Amino acid sequence: MIRLFGILAGLGFVVILLYSFTFGAINFIKEPPVKAVEYQFHKHPEKPGFAHEGVFGKFDRGQLQRGLKVYKEVCAACHSMNLVAFRNFEDLGYSEGQVKTIAKNWATETPSINPETGEVSSRPSLSSDQIPSPYLNDVQARAANNNALPPDLSLMTKARHDGTNYVYSLLTGYTDPPSDLPEENRPGTGLYYNAYFANLNIAMAPPLNSEGQVTYDDGTKASIDQMAKDVSAFLAWTAEPKMEARKSIGLGVIGFLIVFTFLAYLSYQNIWADLKAQKRKD
Amino acid sequence: MAEPETTETNEGGEIRRRDFINIAAVSFAGVGAGVVALPLLSQMSPSADVLALASVEVDVSSIEVGQAIKTTWRKQPVFIRNLTSAEIAESKAVNIGELRDPATFEDRTLPGKENWLIMLGVCTHLGCIPLGAAQGEIKGEFDGYFCPCHGSHYDAAGRIRKGPAPTNLEVPEFSFVSDTVVKIG
Amino acid sequence: MSFPWAKQYTPENDFMKWMDSRLPLPRMVYNAVGAGYPVPRNLNYFWNFGALAGLALVIQILTGVILAMHYAANVGVAFDSVEHIMRNVNSGWLLRYAHMNGASFFFIVVYIHIFRGLFYSSYKAPREMVWLLGLVIFLLMMATAFMGYVLPWGQMSFWGAKVITGLFSAIPLVGPALQEWLLGGFSPDNATLNRFFSLHFVLPFVIAGVIILHIWALHIPGSSNPTGIEIKGEQDTIPFHPYYTAKDGFGLGIFLIFFCILTFFMPNFLGHPDNYIPANELSTPAHIVPEWYFWPFYAILRAFTFDFLFIPAKLLGVIAMFGSILLLFFLPWLDKSPVRSGHYRPVFRKFFWFGLIPCIILLGYLGGAPAEEPYVMLSQLASAYYFAHFLIILPLISMFEKPIPLPNSITESVTGKPLESAA
Repeated sequence: MIRLFGILAGLGFVVILLYSFTFGAINFIKEPPVKAVEYQFHKHPEKPGFAHEGVFGKFDRGQLQRGLKVYKEVCAACHSMNLVAFRNFEDLGYSEGQVKTIAKNWATETPSINPETGEVSSRPSLSSDQIPSPYLNDVQARAANNNALPPDLSLMTKARHDGTNYVYSLLTGYTDPPSDLPEENRPGTGLYYNAYFANLNIAMAPPLNSEGQVTYDDGTKASIDQMAKDVSAFLAWTAEPKMEARKSIGLGVIGFLIVFTFLAYLSYQNIWADLKAQKRKD
Repeated sequence: MAEPETTETNEGGEIRRRDFINIAAVSFAGVGAGVVALPLLSQMSPSADVLALASVEVDVSSIEVGQAIKTTWRKQPVFIRNLTSAEIAESKAVNIGELRDPATFEDRTLPGKENWLIMLGVCTHLGCIPLGAAQGEIKGEFDGYFCPCHGSHYDAAGRIRKGPAPTNLEVPEFSFVSDTVVKIG
Repeated sequence: MSFPWAKQYTPENDFMKWMDSRLPLPRMVYNAVGAGYPVPRNLNYFWNFGALAGLALVIQILTGVILAMHYAANVGVAFDSVEHIMRNVNSGWLLRYAHMNGASFFFIVVYIHIFRGLFYSSYKAPREMVWLLGLVIFLLMMATAFMGYVLPWGQMSFWGAKVITGLFSAIPLVGPALQEWLLGGFSPDNATLNRFFSLHFVLPFVIAGVIILHIWALHIPGSSNPTGIEIKGEQDTIPFHPYYTAKDGFGLGIFLIFFCILTFFMPNFLGHPDNYIPANELSTPAHIVPEWYFWPFYAILRAFTFDFLFIPAKLLGVIAMFGSILLLFFLPWLDKSPVRSGHYRPVFRKFFWFGLIPCIILLGYLGGAPAEEPYVMLSQLASAYYFAHFLIILPLISMFEKPIPLPNSITESVTGKPLESAA
């Protein structure tokens, strides 16, 4: 009885699905789907190569410090970094005192209230503060940026596919639109063509636009490519500050597990040895 | 199950070597479980953002002589009192030998800034906030602080004089970063 | 126990004797997973996955209870509290990544465990109850995993909650009211997040309870085995401990190596980048996909694109998706072949390896692909095969198939010799 019902129900599902399939197939043959323009012109991120990639990869502290400078002097004008605190910069190789100075001299101050009057005010940041946002709220951020909200950058490299390479490619990927780009996909006012951006037209003006835009403390030549690479590495760190610990602990754990598994295998063979011997004897 | 014959026919050394493998595997598993317990336990100790709040700076310029303010440090109340010269003299006159937790007045203040008494407002008995910092509060039998929970009396320098508390009110590490700003912690 | 030759527990010392006459817990463990449980001597490595699934649940409960100490279930701070765990809490990143990937590994081992059951027909009498309880565990796991994915309150969390509760709105008449009841609002919000957190916390303990029933039901007939023939006597079995505890120990090592490679070196490989963007009710991600372990079911859901007679496509998709799991509950009565093991069923075996397995893998791929042609057409074909396999092919095979002759006993299949010479 159950089998009969089962076969009937099964036939029902199969008929409906094949019915849908037939209609879909007829449509597919009559009007083959055209690939969206975004797919044709969209490019996958370049791979410039970063020191922190791979199983043994570690962050290049010098590069992170340069990247912080690019973020501080270029990106931070519009993009917040809510999840990172100044104290975290000690991981980049700065001393406690240097971090205090960076916090105190940050272009945006930390919001606070006047202790006497209770009025909204701001104060210089302490190293325990999170990095203050350049805008009071999203509404202000949109209003200042042609209604495009500059996203928070703390997790940017984890929030995009192949994030670190994506950030690098996006920063260096501004070009004139290709001549065969259809009219409706050309950048409108306030938009810029960038083949690495999902819909090809990004509201952010090319942020890194001239050589020497940032003066590096270590004397590295600040080419656009160099700045893009440094800030991408810095954003990889802000997204995953515990990456080095994760990898080094991981190597130890896996080494331990391989030894354990080997011993467990020997023990398993050992305990089963008499059974197997018995089988051989038979 | 048929009797396993092979182990019996082998000499004793063979059996010991084979037992050793089992013991080694089980011990390895035990060590691994022990190491795994570390992060499972250490996660409960204060996190990085909590530790980052371990010091605060307070402007004390508005505290008049004889008055005190309450502020917080590490989520605990801190009393900052601007002592009167009478209170200082009285505190210095106490015979240290009589105290439960002997400490001189100088031990509890900074030289040159001895009018500033800075203490955690946490009774060393079981953690209530003693009265006596704000004006009009009961100051106890020794004209200092009184903990209403279990009746501990502290003197003007915050030293335990009577009641169940074992030690004096704790003086945190502090220093003056300028004439009017004190850094606690 | 139904095996008269099973070893009897004897307390070793006075304390254990005292204990045994008051709370015979050591005796219970001895009979459940100790020397007192006789198990077929011929189990292969596929029989490791039950114990591994139990281990995965333990990992999830341990890391989960700890994460709950730091997580805050409030839409204002949920996302930040997860990042607080990743950045500030001591070893927080490790616990969170282990919990994230632990969910995936739980599903990997449970899927292998289920396919083991399907190939060796472990669901057949007298083990129907083991199978049914296993399916209950599977359903509870899916609910728990879904609600857990909502907790970080990223983009995929929010839109996943919206889409999955939207499934219930397909039900005629009561659907929209039911969705509002599930969400505690018109859209996922604080009420949703809080109830999901509460249920996500408690359901694993319910799962643990059903697992105890699952194992209890298993111990009545005893474990099945690769030949699918019943135990005929003592020579067919070995005690669970030390033989299978040792084998499980080795399996555990292999499992942990794979688990740690993922957790430590590619922790976000199975996740979706969009969940690192805080939830935004005004912007839907370009491609909403659930976690990979739901992809086959998601493909079945999306395969229904046309209304059929008076039934709207949306309802059909939902019925089919739930039906694809519910039909498994009827499997013991759909497949009436007297032979259990796929090794001795030539036709069944071909349909299993060349029909069902590719079909599920294809459905999995399609569930993760965008809802475009030709993926939709392919998922229609694959879904059709899925239903046909369980509801039509399996019952028909069991009527007409001619099985390969079975060995006389488990011992014979192991030693290749008839029973007499082994004994």
